[in-house]
Amino acid sequence: MTPRSLFEKVWADHTVRQLANGQTQLLIGTHLIHEVTSPQAFGMLRDLGLKVAMPHRTFATVDHIVPTDQRTEPFSDPLADEMIKALKKNCAEHGITYFDLNSGRQGIVHMVGPEQGITQPGTTIACGDSHTSTHGAFGAIAFGIGTSQVRDVLATQTISLSPMKVRRINVTGRLRPGVYAKDVILHLIRTLGVNGGTGYAYEYGGEVFDRFSMEERMTVCNMSIEGGARAGYVNPDETTFAYLKDRPYAPQGAAWDEAVARWRAVASDPGCHYDDVVTLRGEDIPPTVTWGINPGQGIGIDENIPAPQAAGSADERTAIEEALAYMKLPGGAPIKGTRIDVAFLGSCTNARLSDFKEVAAYLKGRKVAPGIKAIAVPGSQLVSAVCAELGIDRVFREAGFEWREAGCSMCLAMNPDKLVGDQICASSSNRNFKGRQGSPTGRTLLMSPVMVAAAAVTGAVADAREVFAVN
Amino acid sequence: MALAKIITISGRGVVVPGNDIDTDRIIPARFLKCVTFDGLAAGLFADDRKAAGGGHPLDDPRHQGAAILISGANFGCGSSREHAPQAIRKAGFRAVVAEGYAEIFFGNATNIGLPCVSAARADLQRVGQAVAADPALSVTVDLAAMQLRFGGNAVPLTMRDSARDALVNGRWDAIGELLEGLPQVAAVAGRLPYVSAPA
Ligand code: SF4
Repeated sequence: MTPRSLFEKVWADHTVRQLANGQTQLLIGTHLIHEVTSPQAFGMLRDLGLKVAMPHRTFATVDHIVPTDQRTEPFSDPLADEMIKALKKNCAEHGITYFDLNSGRQGIVHMVGPEQGITQPGTTIACGDSHTSTHGAFGAIAFGIGTSQVRDVLATQTISLSPMKVRRINVTGRLRPGVYAKDVILHLIRTLGVNGGTGYAYEYGGEVFDRFSMEERMTVCNMSIEGGARAGYVNPDETTFAYLKDRPYAPQGAAWDEAVARWRAVASDPGCHYDDVVTLRGEDIPPTVTWGINPGQGIGIDENIPAPQAAGSADERTAIEEALAYMKLPGGAPIKGTRIDVAFLGSCTNARLSDFKEVAAYLKGRKVAPGIKAIAVPGSQLVSAVCAELGIDRVFREAGFEWREAGCSMCLAMNPDKLVGDQICASSSNRNFKGRQGSPTGRTLLMSPVMVAAAAVTGAVADAREVFAVN
Repeated sequence: MALAKIITISGRGVVVPGNDIDTDRIIPARFLKCVTFDGLAAGLFADDRKAAGGGHPLDDPRHQGAAILISGANFGCGSSREHAPQAIRKAGFRAVVAEGYAEIFFGNATNIGLPCVSAARADLQRVGQAVAADPALSVTVDLAAMQLRFGGNAVPLTMRDSARDALVNGRWDAIGELLEGLPQVAAVAGRLPYVSAPA
């Protein structure tokens, strides 16, 4: 048989039929929903008089709007309260599993799926959220959909979609000390551009990915969409299986062994066709920080902020000028030393146990610089519980961080956590768009969690390797 | 479900300049606090418009009532919020002409019957100049001829075949066809243990 990529195999396994528009009717085996993009879909379903086709394959939680300081209903924001009530009611009415605030399993939807073992290799996963690509870390084809497609999945467990091309991305060798998964993806987006991945699913591999934990793989897959790729995945291996074993929704007993055999077989075959191949050397990747208004506008911590004069094209010049004007940063100056107002450690990119553990190891005995507001927001209740058990929350509090309950929080600031005015925020999240963190003039610098901690304790963008003597 | 065949759209145009215009700009997150899409028009480019202090093209009285939104490359990048194309449509636009689109945005727009066609940069500049010179100029997006026509000019448009086909044949909302496939869906689901096994 011709060697096939994981993408081709999963696509074939889930193809229902060709539609008249030339697209594929694709089975979505796992559907995740949250409070922001689902209420309209349930409304459409009601308008059309349709039922949920496979309620046992949709899972719900609350993350986007849920406050991270107040945890009892009704929430002080009446609109948020209404949306959360709507989700609860819709789930109850249609028999959908809902991990609510009392479940102990609530969190950012892209953390809940893996933690519960719902996210599995060889599956298709859709959610009304573009960071659904996160689940690709397990060797799933996972992507974000719009609300009308949420309706389609609820009503038919399928959507109409065209296949993607596959770009293999190899990261060879090793990362240098103080360089993290977040730097790998920021560097990659900087290299390939914010729309470099349009039309592609990214298959990440190479020694760096082989060694990565599941949490690191998730960080990279999470931001595939920031590079324009709707999906990104890593072939499943022993690391994947070890993570999933004994999770609540993972197969048990004999079914586990059968599942592992299937999962092994779904990985890309040696010699399969890729539409494109890109190779980076792990050693070449620096700790990376964004200076602009899209995630591709990143530089190594030792580099200078680009100056418009140095632009290679008229387009690039305009882009740099627009970004510098918004960011109020001087072109040509070092990014290192840029004063910050806020430090945010959270989001579906970097709010997992390993992120907090790593930062806590460096934060012990240090203090957040005077005048800096620092917030740490675990991505899920489970992470929050383990952090409490290990005393990690205490390390953060003693350092001067506010330690919050699980949710999206200041990643998109739909809850009360927001930047004020043109505050500048060192953030472990994934988007630095204008106004993203809740203030129309707020400014975001994306970086790894350890770099956020370095910025928090020094009050300015800093090289974490120097601040924390990493070597 | 009988859906409208979307073949030609004519109306006045307005240019919102820039590349990589993301969905957080098209509709800032605070406007997503809603359980229906009604009322989204108020949030369209809200922060950009506020920052422009009345000087944003969408607030220019000469462009009121425009039906065709003209922009740059990688339009609609960022989040998957369908609120973005919904807000554009609720604000009265019936087509978008740009150099290119982010994928999820493009799919979401197509699914709600909002055509997103692509044109070459030089042609976008021409139509932009023509619209600026005469805001009342009628601009036509013709999905049959794949042309953009304005003031005696005709320039080529491109669009993914499947989307064009879906729009001109009134199949842009896939739900009807997807429902017809339900018996086959059950068969495919039955072959996949993670779908068929009770959770
Ligand atoms: S953490 Fe941010 S990016 Fe992730 S799902 Fe929540 S809002 Fe979206």
